[in-house]
Amino acid sequence: MKRCFLLAVVLAVFGMTAPGLAADTVRIGVYLPLTGQNAFGGQLELEGVQMAHEELGEVLGKKVELFVVDNKSDKVEAANAVKRLIEKEQVQAIIGTYGSSLAMAGGEVAEKAGVPQVGTSCTNPLVTQGKKHIFRVCFIDPFQGAGAATYAFKDLGLKKAALLVDVANDYSVGLASFFKRSFAKLGGEVVAALNYQSGDQDFTAQLQQIMAKKPDVLFIPSYFAEGAIIMKQAKELGATFKIMGGDAMDNPEIVTIGGAAVEGFMHTTFPYDPSMPDMNPVAQKFTQNWKKKHPDKDPNVNAALGYDAYMIIIDAIKRAGSAEPAKISAALADTKGFVGVTGVTTINETHDAEKPVGIVVIKNGKKTYVGSIQPEL
Amino acid sequence: MTIEIFLQHLLNGLTLGSLYALIAIGYTMVYGILRLINFAHSEIFMLGAYCVFWGVTLLHLPWPLALVAAVAAVALVGVLVDRVAYRPLRDAPRISALISAIGVSFFLQNVAIVLFKAIPREVYRPEWLENPMIMGGVRVLPLTLFVPVLSLLLMLGLMYIVYHTKPGLGMRAISKDIETSALMGVPVNSIIALTFGLGSALAAASGIMWALRYPQLQPIMGVIPGFKAFIAAVFGGIGSIPGAVIGGLVLGFLEILIVAFFPDLAGYRDAFAFVLLIVVLLVKPTGLLGARPEEKV
Repeated sequence: MKRCFLLAVVLAVFGMTAPGLAADTVRIGVYLPLTGQNAFGGQLELEGVQMAHEELGEVLGKKVELFVVDNKSDKVEAANAVKRLIEKEQVQAIIGTYGSSLAMAGGEVAEKAGVPQVGTSCTNPLVTQGKKHIFRVCFIDPFQGAGAATYAFKDLGLKKAALLVDVANDYSVGLASFFKRSFAKLGGEVVAALNYQSGDQDFTAQLQQIMAKKPDVLFIPSYFAEGAIIMKQAKELGATFKIMGGDAMDNPEIVTIGGAAVEGFMHTTFPYDPSMPDMNPVAQKFTQNWKKKHPDKDPNVNAALGYDAYMIIIDAIKRAGSAEPAKISAALADTKGFVGVTGVTTINETHDAEKPVGIVVIKNGKKTYVGSIQPEL
Repeated sequence: MTIEIFLQHLLNGLTLGSLYALIAIGYTMVYGILRLINFAHSEIFMLGAYCVFWGVTLLHLPWPLALVAAVAAVALVGVLVDRVAYRPLRDAPRISALISAIGVSFFLQNVAIVLFKAIPREVYRPEWLENPMIMGGVRVLPLTLFVPVLSLLLMLGLMYIVYHTKPGLGMRAISKDIETSALMGVPVNSIIALTFGLGSALAAASGIMWALRYPQLQPIMGVIPGFKAFIAAVFGGIGSIPGAVIGGLVLGFLEILIVAFFPDLAGYRDAFAFVLLIVVLLVKPTGLLGARPEEKV
C-alpha cells in the first residue's frame, strides 16, 4: 500500500514536471561533425548556430534550449546522434549537418520521427528528395557544379578540364558529375577524371596522370583538408593549371594551411564572404558581431549557414505560432524571402534554398569575393 | 607514359614506401619482442608530428633541436605507455594486452583532440624542403631523398643495436623465451622499456617526416598510415626489421603504380593494400622474411 502511494506520488511529480519542461522551453537539437574528418566545417557551423542563439534566445515568449551532439564525421554516428536528440532530448527541430552523407544518414531518422531538420551545408540533391520534414539553407550540387563549370568556361575561357574526385563522398561525386555535364554542354572537354578516397594524403600519382593530359583547369570537389594537400602536392610537382573547388573549401584556414600553393585558387560558395563589397544588413551585423567575438579569425560561409539555419527555424516557429514539430515543418516549407546572412532565401518545392552561386578567389594570400553568377545547368 | 613521368612515379612511390617502412619498423620491433601488435603506434606517430611543430612554433626551438626534443619526448611517452598499459598485463593472456593497446590508441587520440582541437593545423616546413630540384624533367623534393636515406640509416642503426650490443642480445633472448631470459638474469622490464622507447622514437621520426611530406596535422592523422604500415610489417614478415622495410617499400610502390597504370581504380588503393594483406595471410602467413614460429612442446 505504501509502495503504491509512493509510486503514485512519483508519477504525479513526473506527470507535472515532464510536460511542464517541454512547455516552457523550445528544444532545438544540433548535430555536427565536431571531431574527425569534417571537424573544420562542423565547428564553424556550431559557432554560427551559437551566435544566433545568443542573439535571439527566445521565441513565442519561451526560452530556446540548444542540445549539441557531435556526429564525429561518421554516417552511423550521425544517425545515432539524431536518434538521441529525438528520443532522449525530445527536441522539436534539428539543425544539421555539414556533409551530405551525414545529413542523409541523420535525415532518415528525423523524417521517420516527423521532426523537422534544417541542413546547413549538405548540398547533395538526395538529402531532401522525397522528404516531408527535411530542409536546408543551402543550394544544391547541380547548381554549384554547374556554377563552377560556367565560370571556368565562360568567364575565364578555360576549355580543357580535369577532375579529382573523392569516390567515398557523396558530395564530391555529386559535384563532379554536375560539373562534367555542364562543362561538356557548354562545349568544353573533360580530359581526365581521377579518383581518391577520403583520408588519402598522397595524391602524387593522380596528379601526375592529370598533368600528363595538360588540362587548363582542375576541378577538385574535395573537402578543405584534402584540397589543401592536393594543391601543395600539385605545386611541388610543378603543375601550372588553374584549380577550382566547391563550397567545402570555404574555410579561412585554407590560406594558413595551403600557404603559397593556394594562391589563385577559386571556389564556388554561398553568396556570403567577409570580403564582400555590398552586404545586406543581416550579413553586416553578423560580420561585426563575429569580429567582436573572434578578433583573430574571419567568419566564413559555414558559420553564416549555421546562423541562418537557426534563424530560419525561429522564423518558422514564429510564423507557425507553435513549436510543434509538424507545424514547424509546414511553416518551413512556406518560407519565402527570408533575409539571412547568405542572402535572400526562398525554400522551393524540393525544400532547397534558392540563392545565387558566389565565386571566391584567393588573391595575395586573402580570400576575395569576386561576385555571384547564374549557373547554366 | 613517358620515361620522365614513370621516373617521377617511382620517386613518389619511394617516398611513400620509405615512410611506411619507417612506421613498420616500430610495429615489427615491439611484435618481435613481445608478440604484441602495438595499436597505439599510430597515435605515437601523430604525437611526434605535433610535438616537433609545437617545439618550433611555440617554444621557438631551432629545427634540429625541436626534432631531437620531440623524438626524445615521444620515446618517453612510449616507455610510459608500456609501463602503464602493457607491463601490468605481461602475464595475462595475450588478448588482454591487445585490448589494452586498442584502448591506449583511442585514449591518446581523444587526448589529442582535446589538447590540439580536431581542426587540421598547418605545418611549418624549413625553407630548404619547400623547393623542389629539377633533374632532367623529374622534380625531386629534398624530402624525397631525405626520407629513404634516413630510413636506411635508422634501420642499420637498429640492426646494430639488436645484433651487436648487450641490450640487443637481451631483446633477442626475450623474443625467444621471456621466462627463461628472466631466470638467466636478463633485466626483462628494462629491455622491454628500451624496445618501446626505440620503437616510439622511430614512430615519432616517421610522424615528423610524414607531416613534412603531407603538410597537415590532425589528431587522426596516424590511423591510415598506421594501418598501411601494419600491412607492410605483416607482408615483410612481422618481427623482421629488413622485412618491414621491404614491405613498406613494396606497398608504397604498389599504391603509386596502381594509380599510374589503372587510373580508374585510383579511389580504391586502400582496398588493394588490404587485399595484399589477405593474400599474404592466406599464402605465406609468416610474410616474406618472417621466421616460422617454433612449436613449444
